[in-house]
Amino acid sequence: MSVHVPQTGKMGTDFDTILKKYKQGKREDLIPMLQEIQELTGYLSEEAIVKVGSYLGLSTTKIYGLATFYDRFRFFPAGKIQIQVCNGTSCYLNGSQSIINKIKEETGVQSGYTTRDGNFSYEIVSCMGGCNNGPLICMNGEYHIHVKASQLPELLKKLKYIIEND
Amino acid sequence: MEDIKTFLVNKVLLFESDTLPPETEKKLQQVRREKPDNPVIYISSGTSSMIAGSEKTCAAIKEHIDENGLAADFVKVGCTGPSNFEPLVCIHLPGKNKLFFRNITEEKVEPLLNGVFHNDLSEEDIAGQTGTKGFELWPGIPFMDELPFFINQKRIILGNCGCYDPESIEEYIARGGYRAYAKAIRHYTFEEVCDIVERSGLRGRSGGGYLTGLKWKHALNTSANARYLICNAKESDPGAFTDRTILESDPHRLLEGIAIASYAIGAANAIIFMRSGSDHAKNRLQNAIDRAREYGLFGHNIFSSGYNLDIVIRIEPGAFVCGEETALINTLEGKRGMPRLKPPYPTSSGLFGKPTVINNVETLMNVPVIMQNGPEWFRTIGTENSPGTKVFAIAGKGRMSGVIEVEMGTPVRKIIDGIADGIREGKEFKAVQLGGASGSFLTKENLDIKIDYEALREKGIGMGAGGFVIIDENTCMVDLVRYYMEFIRNESCGKCIPCREGTGRMLEILDSVIRKPQNEESGTTLERFKGVMQLETIASVMRDASLCGLGQTAPNPFISALSNFRDEFEEHIFDRKCQANICRGLRSFSIDVDKCTGCTACAAKCPVNAIYGTRLQPFFIVEEKCIGCGVCYDICKFSAINVK
Repeated sequence: MSVHVPQTGKMGTDFDTILKKYKQGKREDLIPMLQEIQELTGYLSEEAIVKVGSYLGLSTTKIYGLATFYDRFRFFPAGKIQIQVCNGTSCYLNGSQSIINKIKEETGVQSGYTTRDGNFSYEIVSCMGGCNNGPLICMNGEYHIHVKASQLPELLKKLKYIIEND
Repeated sequence: MEDIKTFLVNKVLLFESDTLPPETEKKLQQVRREKPDNPVIYISSGTSSMIAGSEKTCAAIKEHIDENGLAADFVKVGCTGPSNFEPLVCIHLPGKNKLFFRNITEEKVEPLLNGVFHNDLSEEDIAGQTGTKGFELWPGIPFMDELPFFINQKRIILGNCGCYDPESIEEYIARGGYRAYAKAIRHYTFEEVCDIVERSGLRGRSGGGYLTGLKWKHALNTSANARYLICNAKESDPGAFTDRTILESDPHRLLEGIAIASYAIGAANAIIFMRSGSDHAKNRLQNAIDRAREYGLFGHNIFSSGYNLDIVIRIEPGAFVCGEETALINTLEGKRGMPRLKPPYPTSSGLFGKPTVINNVETLMNVPVIMQNGPEWFRTIGTENSPGTKVFAIAGKGRMSGVIEVEMGTPVRKIIDGIADGIREGKEFKAVQLGGASGSFLTKENLDIKIDYEALREKGIGMGAGGFVIIDENTCMVDLVRYYMEFIRNESCGKCIPCREGTGRMLEILDSVIRKPQNEESGTTLERFKGVMQLETIASVMRDASLCGLGQTAPNPFISALSNFRDEFEEHIFDRKCQANICRGLRSFSIDVDKCTGCTACAAKCPVNAIYGTRLQPFFIVEEKCIGCGVCYDICKFSAINVK
């Protein structure tokens, strides 16, 4: 099984290009700005939030307050392999809970967090739209259908091997 | 490319009469690929097809075409509907009817294409054929629109889905698209458009069922220097994927609907608020907006009418409650997505304090059809008070699943027995859940109820946004209710107490119901019973006192499950048994002495050391110690563990 491992490490990126796009710098630009930064760097670093704050004239606590309200924002780098587990009603009825438990057990982290070695992060999403193929997981954009909990340990081990030997 | 653009704009969009001259029609027929000279291969390319592997099928088809030097066109179209036929491939040979093939995975491409081009079809892959007069029939192959999945539907707003390339604006215009919009901005006033939509009786498809035309009029009649139109495409209900399918399959009709609606309320800015995580839909939509702008359909002084319009996409940053309209406005203003008090309603004071109309995708999809065919035509479809159709995303345990559209007034039974074709694996039907996480259950006795706002409301059921989850006998209702409650608990924004605390308490109580007592001494049993007695009260307080729809409807699954499946709840509470064997905490395990080889695998893994025995002798489980985790069941290689 192959998996696409993205090139991470766009650290120290110049956020100015993103900031400059929003010339007027209004409050309503805050969320799109944060989304763009996250898309570029993978997460919202402290540096990014401070910069956005000074650009928009907002205190960093306000920005944190807003960003933590929404669950799509991340404050630490995502894993090299990002796993999305569908927990829509259909997948739930087909047993997605056991998949989630297994991934939790294998990675040892909660949903939305990254493992200490930086290899995996996973999140639970509400519906990916493949209801007849559940339980469904998506790894870096590649879908795996009719997943069984028993397949997961081996799959994750294999992926870990691929990452570490690349 | 340039001349087709001028042709489509001048000869089609700006053509004064409704009927086009024959030579124009002929050219449009070519754009629509109605009578192709070369074979055309279509493949569906929505998210559900991608999940089923359509990307690989695409690559294989392209490779096959190149390798064999076939003179064939290859078109990616939207989603036709039946998810379990994906990846769906359609082949149109010149002069013959279109043939549909289902579940064409990568490895099936080679034999399929060889077969079709050498007239040697394999029966099992064929889904059906479609065609019009003048084409040669494929003998012995059923027509697609006569399959139970399609014959029970009335596809009006999904009519284009799966028929054209969503990335081609030319094909959409050739199918009559954007003509209603061009006509509206050039020949009608704001009020006239509002009037037409009001007369059609179109109602908001997101649950409330408010008259759309009336809503527009409210916004139009509020004096302001700016107005906004927001298209709410943020469906994040577990098990709902109608909006996404529409965005992926027919983005242009949605844009046309948005454009007409914006014109009707005199808004110069329209915002499409999309859910995160559906990049495919977003890219298609962005592409559609760009192409439409190239055609001069949006922008400044559109078709010299003096009307300006700009459409932007905004992605939701991840909160279920943002689907509520006032919370959505807060998010767009760059604040926490928490609902506001109503009134003032958004139509008088919405985004940035300006009159704002918020419509969902399905409502707006109806608008171009109404403008094209007139309000009287629209009234002939559906029921008296709820004209039109309703789109559902069928999911769960039905044999067929996918996005469907039925006429209002269709009995629910017809959707389950006809379109979904009954229950998978011959299981017994138990219930159907309408309307996602805050919807209600319909049981066997209520299946003759009609899809209609009033008929459903009489039974205390909301129409919902399009979730239609079929549940079979193997599902535990208590567990499902708990699942929905957990979802809402996680998504509650925390602004008002009934919702924030109520969802948490209800989840706690439901959790205690599906668990065996671990420690009798701390009074857990007493607490549990106290909780159970309070459940109904909490539910009614939440319904009455919550600020927004999320909290008010949060107890719905519980209330309707309790009234329909009270015995199941009682069984969990009094007997601590789960008949469906779903509730992990209530399962009890035993070892089959005949099958057990005494390998000790289960005893080694048991987290509470509840399994005893001697090596190579049958083991046994001490029921009092067992916590029902199921580790032993998963690990046993000899299937010697029984679940009760």
